[in-house]
Amino acid sequence: MTPNDRRYTKTHEWVKLEDGKAVVGITDHAQEALGDITFVDLPKLGRTLAAGGEFGVIESVKAASDLYAPVGGVVSAVNQALNDTPELINRDPYGDGWIITLSGVDAAALTTLLDAADYESKITVRN
Amino acid sequence: MPAENAASCPPDAMHPEATTPPPHRTPLYPRHLSLRARMAPFGGFDMPIQYTGILDEHQACRRGVAIFDTCHMGEFFLAGPHALADLERLVTCEVATLDIGQCRYGLLCNPDGGVRDDLLVYRLAIDAFMIVVNAGTQDADFDWCRSQVSRDSHLENRSSTTAKLDIQGPASPRLMTHLLAEPIVDLRYYRFHENRFADQRVLVSRTGYTGEIGFEIYCPPDTALALWDACLAKEAVPAGLGARDTLRLEVGMPLYGHELSESRNAGDSGFSAAMSTSKDFIGATAIRASDREPQRLVGLALEGRRAARAGDAILSPLGANSGAVTSGSFSPSLGHAIALGYVHASQAVEGTPLLIQTARDRLPAIVVPRPFYRSGTARQPMRAFL
Repeated sequence: MTPNDRRYTKTHEWVKLEDGKAVVGITDHAQEALGDITFVDLPKLGRTLAAGGEFGVIESVKAASDLYAPVGGVVSAVNQALNDTPELINRDPYGDGWIITLSGVDAAALTTLLDAADYESKITVRN
Repeated sequence: MPAENAASCPPDAMHPEATTPPPHRTPLYPRHLSLRARMAPFGGFDMPIQYTGILDEHQACRRGVAIFDTCHMGEFFLAGPHALADLERLVTCEVATLDIGQCRYGLLCNPDGGVRDDLLVYRLAIDAFMIVVNAGTQDADFDWCRSQVSRDSHLENRSSTTAKLDIQGPASPRLMTHLLAEPIVDLRYYRFHENRFADQRVLVSRTGYTGEIGFEIYCPPDTALALWDACLAKEAVPAGLGARDTLRLEVGMPLYGHELSESRNAGDSGFSAAMSTSKDFIGATAIRASDREPQRLVGLALEGRRAARAGDAILSPLGANSGAVTSGSFSPSLGHAIALGYVHASQAVEGTPLLIQTARDRLPAIVVPRPFYRSGTARQPMRAFL
């Protein structure tokens, strides 16, 4: 259920390397916890993020949550479709609901993050 | 109130903190678990916040029929030769002018004009009334009422033996016609009657907290379980407190603990229909005084989807403090964020531009008339929905 092709943070973001860029989104568990997502505050292109740095906020009808960069890098794309259809994150958190891509990422930094099995055991323990 | 806030807006849903489950459960608690509802504390009860999703549940009520477990609400019964006089002193609305079979919205105030609770008063007989209050306030309300009523008035808290279901939405009259023994076609807005469901007596009130045509049903807990099941079998959509909150906010209705509280004079709220201008009642002098704090409750429309939340500061366009948001959310029916809040009286004018200081940003907002959502069916003739 949790895809094996990417890494995860304790704060429920995922990151996946694709053509030298890091694609970032939130997990299925996170979108489920938030409920119907109504707004995503996207960062500006070119902004430099440190690993663990806050890069935006995601809101649902009843809640809001900060978004944290799983790895350091420069924002090279944002998912503009989320401006009008933030519910893409509810529908497809690992695909069309991606949030940003980062360039200039140190691939080795990903190995310090959780793999799918570790992430799943973490959310299972908490529940 | 902490319980109200917990259900209204958890600070961070992706990173929640552990909470202790509240002590009370409604008779429908097993139903919520089997529907895999997301539960949260509200007013001392473990209540369903959502089943499938707030947006779907919200739209089910605007377009079809939704059913809400409102058993957490409190029901008091007051009877006796001085019951009418007692109530006239206790609540802000007129009681003597109620017909038997009619109910009215009012406030329970302190002598200083602060609001202890908001409520509905039902006239059951010439000298007998039902008072419906909020969950989190009901114990304090009961103590207050008991301290104020006449010696020969009989006041009873029947909250634990009185269940309540809200069945709301344009498809609700057909559903209720199907399930109830007696016709409902002549039941007007803010009227109620005794009816029967599965040979059990139920009190059917044409009221609600959504802006849509609908009913609040009072009955014993066993009957409520059977009625809940019958409604779901007829495809009523179970809706939680999340949708209940967005629905009421869209039509500008107050939530106790947010728009109304003990620290705020009832007169500032502008719910003038709930407050008699002629009779004497507890708090009347303070409410009618002209030297109140110059703030008024207003509706605020935001440009985008990003929501203001309760507690956010409201500023003038130049950045001067004006007041604070009491409720805020994305509006599912309107597609943008809306809020209620208190602002300086000079700015409580339609069209006034203001700023809302959220945790991260200043969002532009404009004072707009209430209700925000104007296509609600609540007051339309029943006949049109049968």
